[in-house]
Amino acid sequence: MWKLSRRAWLQASGLVSLAGSIAAGARLKGQSGTAAHPAHTSHVMGTVGRTSTDLFNPTAFLRSWNFSELAPHVRPKFYRETSRGDGTLLREYELFAVDREIEIAPGLFFPAWTYNGQVPGPTLRATEGDRVRVTFRNLGTHPHSIHFHGWHPPAMDGALAGQEVEPGGTFVYEFDADPFGLHLYHCHTVPLKRHIHKGLYGTFIVDPRATRPSADELVMVMNAFDTTFDAENEVYAVNTVANVYMHDPIRVTVGRPVRIYLVNVTEFDPINSFHLHGMFFDVYRTGTSLQSLERTDTLMLCQGERAILETTFRYAGDFMFHAHQSEFAELGWMGIFRAGEAATT
Amino acid sequence: MMRRLLLALAPLLLLGALLVVIIRSGPAESVRGENFPPVERLTFQSVTLEPGAIVLSVMNDGPDAINIAQVQVDEAFWTFTAENGVALQHLGRTELRIPYPWVEGEAHVVRVLTSTGAAFEHEIPVAVETPQPNARFFGVFTLIGLYVGVIPVAIGLLWFPFLTRLSARGMDFLLALTIGLLVFLLVDGTQEGFEAAGLLPESFQGAVLFALAAAGAYLLLEGIGSWLKTRGRAADAGYGGWVLAVLIAVGIGLHNFGEGLAIGSAFALGEAALGTLLIVGFTLHNTTEGLAIVSPLARARQRVSLGDLAKLGLIGGVPTIAGAWLGGFVYSPVWSVTFLAIGVGAIAQVVGQIVRQMTREGSVAGMLASVPVLAGLFAGFAVMYVTGMLVG
Repeated sequence: MWKLSRRAWLQASGLVSLAGSIAAGARLKGQSGTAAHPAHTSHVMGTVGRTSTDLFNPTAFLRSWNFSELAPHVRPKFYRETSRGDGTLLREYELFAVDREIEIAPGLFFPAWTYNGQVPGPTLRATEGDRVRVTFRNLGTHPHSIHFHGWHPPAMDGALAGQEVEPGGTFVYEFDADPFGLHLYHCHTVPLKRHIHKGLYGTFIVDPRATRPSADELVMVMNAFDTTFDAENEVYAVNTVANVYMHDPIRVTVGRPVRIYLVNVTEFDPINSFHLHGMFFDVYRTGTSLQSLERTDTLMLCQGERAILETTFRYAGDFMFHAHQSEFAELGWMGIFRAGEAATT
Repeated sequence: MMRRLLLALAPLLLLGALLVVIIRSGPAESVRGENFPPVERLTFQSVTLEPGAIVLSVMNDGPDAINIAQVQVDEAFWTFTAENGVALQHLGRTELRIPYPWVEGEAHVVRVLTSTGAAFEHEIPVAVETPQPNARFFGVFTLIGLYVGVIPVAIGLLWFPFLTRLSARGMDFLLALTIGLLVFLLVDGTQEGFEAAGLLPESFQGAVLFALAAAGAYLLLEGIGSWLKTRGRAADAGYGGWVLAVLIAVGIGLHNFGEGLAIGSAFALGEAALGTLLIVGFTLHNTTEGLAIVSPLARARQRVSLGDLAKLGLIGGVPTIAGAWLGGFVYSPVWSVTFLAIGVGAIAQVVGQIVRQMTREGSVAGMLASVPVLAGLFAGFAVMYVTGMLVG
């Protein structure tokens, strides 16, 4: 029994100049850390080795939106904001679709379709009432689109017949950021399952005009990968890389509020879930209300469903978080928060 | 002289040059293109269960190189160490040691993921600790070999005094019965051999291996038969009696060696919880083999000492023990295919000999058409079929 499964990463020639620093670290497959197989004396669940963070750094991704992770001189290529005089902003984004091989577990590569070379795509963040203008270029090999969740006219839907953007084509999506809440965007070209599970999705946050209380904010996208293309996932994660926050715990501060923007885009499995050890959190479903109606330690989300979670770490130390489907947890969707005292972090 | 040498070498040199050109230019590569997916195949050579660990021996059976990226056990990523690294060239092997708390008597699935995300699975249907070659297991396998191989064959031989008192028609019946038994073993061994061949990596070409080993065994036994005849060990005219009995014993011994391999490996892999019924089945089944060995002697009306009978019994039965040892400790499907094939070749040769002996006068068709022969053939099949149900 054997299966074909790889399509080597296509280097879009136009990508390098456009994507600038994002693509600068491009490297061939197989160069990252599978060589080191440490000796084990006990039973250890999890992946072996470390993924490269050259192309995608899941830790940086947690706290990046509107391309804030880019150097100041590069960022305007992808994100510009202009005042509209009425207190709102025009936010302009440059997104492009491109085929790229991504590392989803140490040494394990997936022939992804990506927005801006990364999975999940860049997190977009506007304030209620802002004008959002997304220039989308398709540098990939298949037709793609961007379908935003939120209020918009049908012409901006990206999902209706004829709204795909052909390879080499460009389309500008423009709409008002409304309603406030936690949304997502994804490709809506058919076959839908493939276009989504190949990696074309991202987070779209719309802040309320009356701002939420200050907090340490984290973006977490629950996703999964079917590396054998049999409509069953081999790898589960938050933010793409299996077990990455086990090896590289998310640093948080005791006593400082934490706000998690949790999005579920897992394909093939009807639901996914989030469970936090030793703590409870307030849930704001879809983030469309400033009033939490639920306090729990385990939250279930359907595909496309999302929620804002708020909590404050009471104790210092390690707190595990994972899907409460043990199977997903053991296939990579498991991580650790490392809470430190305020002075030490 | 030089000229002749040159003429012999010239085509080889040209062939070498052609290979260089093919490798340099890579015609297949230009068809496949730069981004064509590699063809990946990974074969599980053996799976060993130790306390708290699963050890996989895997081989890259595909044409392209493979990088093993991760291992999952029962749908969970699990850490592992690789004895020979994780980058495997064509036919490269490595040993993966997974510190996994497997559960005795339960099933586990191991999955190896390559760098491209290709997944190769192996199921352990019933997990039991793989026996180490220590005295206790040697003892157990020896006992199993005695039960299913040596003792039943010996019991079958004890029919000899009875057989010598049979009439000519009774003798025909008996030899036909022997043919029936052997043809059954022939079919059975062929089926098992091809089954084992299917487990082999494709590069090993299991079916060809089987056919060649069977043909080789057939021809080798023909040679041995002629040699024994010229030595004149037996006084019988032609090719019957003692020589035939020895050949049958050798054929059955080889078959039993293959059977021992299967039993030993099944026991070792925990795939067949080798119950009492299975041992009983093999015991009944193999008793008929003793009968097959002595019937040509009985027909030749030869006087045979108890020592000679014992020798025949040992030739036919003892290989079961050796097979069980080998199967239990160093099992690989290559051995199974090879020895089952040798057994098939040997049995085919023996069947041919018996038929020839029975048709010294007249035609094969005429001989087969007689009532005692037909009855004997049928009885042989029936006995094997029914006792075979006990081990199926």
